[in-house]
Amino acid sequence: MSRQSNRATDSKKMNSELFTLTYGALVTQLCKDYENDEEVNKQLDKMGYNIGVRLIEDFLARSTIGRCQDFRETADVIAKVAFKMYLGITPSVTNWSPAGDEFSLILENNPLVDFVELPDNHSTLIYSNLLCGVLRGALEMVQMAVDVKFVQDTLRGDNVTEIRMKFIKRIEENLPAGDE
Amino acid sequence: MADEAPFQLLHSELIHYIYQSEHGADTDNARNITKLEAMGFRVGQGLMERLTKDTARFKDELDVMKFICKDFWTCVFKKQIDNLRTNHQGIYVLQDNKFRLLGSLSAGKQYLEHAPKFLAFSCGLVRGALCSLGVRSIVTAEAAVMPACKFQVMIQKS
Repeated sequence: MSRQSNRATDSKKMNSELFTLTYGALVTQLCKDYENDEEVNKQLDKMGYNIGVRLIEDFLARSTIGRCQDFRETADVIAKVAFKMYLGITPSVTNWSPAGDEFSLILENNPLVDFVELPDNHSTLIYSNLLCGVLRGALEMVQMAVDVKFVQDTLRGDNVTEIRMKFIKRIEENLPAGDE
Repeated sequence: MADEAPFQLLHSELIHYIYQSEHGADTDNARNITKLEAMGFRVGQGLMERLTKDTARFKDELDVMKFICKDFWTCVFKKQIDNLRTNHQGIYVLQDNKFRLLGSLSAGKQYLEHAPKFLAFSCGLVRGALCSLGVRSIVTAEAAVMPACKFQVMIQKS
């Protein structure tokens, strides 16, 4: 009576569906709790930040990636290693600003929105805003202040999902005096 | 997504949010637990629908429970249930000796009072999963010594 299961192939996918569905339940709850979309966006970003500052440790431990030489390398690591590891996708890195301090991550498909359709009354909701918070939080832990935001979103009718990242500054470590 | 870290972190953010939000200004524990449970319910329902898409029909209630203990548990918590007991009258006790979502709390009894909030979402998951297979139930959980815990499933006869 053992059930035919194709679990081996499925388990990765199911794990990502667990995450997607849980995230959906969270956003639903937030929409219930807050009156307007801006508040929800802000809350998602905040929660993402909290996740990011902890996820970076897991990431560094697992990936054995060392210090990045410049922002371009950071961008590559985010796209090819981090996104691949945690979301199973590899966004492309494009639209570099001439100064090299700003780029876009293009997500062809975004696993977070697999089962999602935005209702009409939530037109300003940035559904996946958690990701921005995660990126911001994680990079802050490696001394980089960045500005992250969604500029295109398939949920709102765009062809692709685009996250824009802008390097702001290096965070100097402020060690308390006499603590070195 | 090869990795479980995102889900675990999301889960703890979820708890954090429910317990911090000014909307839950009532520091009423029971209501927060209910909210977490309800979120789990939705997720469990959806997940089970996807998981059983290509499986054969279930023989009986026990068969359903076995599926929960093996396939469902492996999918969500990366291991099987360690022990399943039943009184054959609609009560099932599922024991997990190393429950994944309690893994981040120190083992033993020190934080035992916080265990319920880490289990509520999972209770909902199980109830939702059963519900989508047409089994109505009440699911409760208790942890005596972490990270081990027991889920009790009471089947509701209609």
